[in-house]
Amino acid sequence: MSVDVTKAGREFIESLGRMCGFDEVFYVKFDEGTSERYGWVPTMRPLNKYIEYGVVNLDKPPGPTSHEVVAWVKKLLGVAKAGHGGTLELPA
Amino acid sequence: MTKLIGYVMHSSKEYVCVMQLHRPVPEEDLRRVLREFTGVIYQRPPLRSSVKRAIRKRNIYELELLEYNGSMALIRVSCDAGTYMRKLCWDIGLVLGVGAHMRELRRTRTGPFTEDMNLVRLQELSEAIYSWKAEGREDLLRKAIMPGEVMVCQMPKIVVRDTAVESIVNGAKLAAPGVAMVSNRVRRGERVALLTLKGELIAIGRSLMDYREVLEASKGIVVEPERVVLEPGLYPRAWRGGKSSI
Repeated sequence: MSVDVTKAGREFIESLGRMCGFDEVFYVKFDEGTSERYGWVPTMRPLNKYIEYGVVNLDKPPGPTSHEVVAWVKKLLGVAKAGHGGTLELPA
Repeated sequence: MTKLIGYVMHSSKEYVCVMQLHRPVPEEDLRRVLREFTGVIYQRPPLRSSVKRAIRKRNIYELELLEYNGSMALIRVSCDAGTYMRKLCWDIGLVLGVGAHMRELRRTRTGPFTEDMNLVRLQELSEAIYSWKAEGREDLLRKAIMPGEVMVCQMPKIVVRDTAVESIVNGAKLAAPGVAMVSNRVRRGERVALLTLKGELIAIGRSLMDYREVLEASKGIVVEPERVVLEPGLYPRAWRGGKSSI
């Protein structure tokens, strides 16, 4: 078990709730760490995985549709799957 | 992560919109009608919409008049998903008795995603991608993109031990011995996010226990996963008959 990755993981987990204004208290059931042999702390993923598991809070300008913007971002990032959080109004 | 877009799409929204009144009304009349439209409203989806056009209930949590010049009103609306702003403006105009329509609309929040949460312009994203592809720099792109885990920041969380991660990824339910930590916001019957001890989102599910019960239980199912996000093969298979690498 790695102390560093366990600590970084705990910090990341606690930062999530704070990010959207929730004060969460975590109770420990099994006090154990996590091994650095498996997976990554989300902020430390290698770039290809970071992109694959990532989200962008995109400021879509009026003009192009959400679908057009998604297609454009997909192509630029070279990812197979991407989506968006909803359109304002359906195009005519 | 694209599997979670539905959860974000169906969470509450905030908009800023410009409403054009067809005749001037005194500001106090407008404020009174805006107060009437706060709380539960009934709305029929517009002709051009992708849902069944039956009258439905929606919550307007906040309806604030930001600016008013006698005929155009800038309003901020915080509401449930599936509230139509164009329709809201139209209905406000009806109640005012002068008619109104929506001129401009901007969404300022979807679920946890506010304008203060690392909002990125298309230009900035394209520059970040360029500096990565042309100059091999990762820093700008890592700033523009956030870990998808932020999508579940509002959900109560249960943290899973390394040895139980892969079985959940393969469709198993989370049992009590697999729990490392539990948040005090976990309630029976409600949606929870399952995370690894590193903070990776494993799955979204429904909790069958309150957090106190989770802490006390020595056996039994704690969470029934609904959507698995983490890919297989990252964590070891620790169950009986599996290729154990621990």
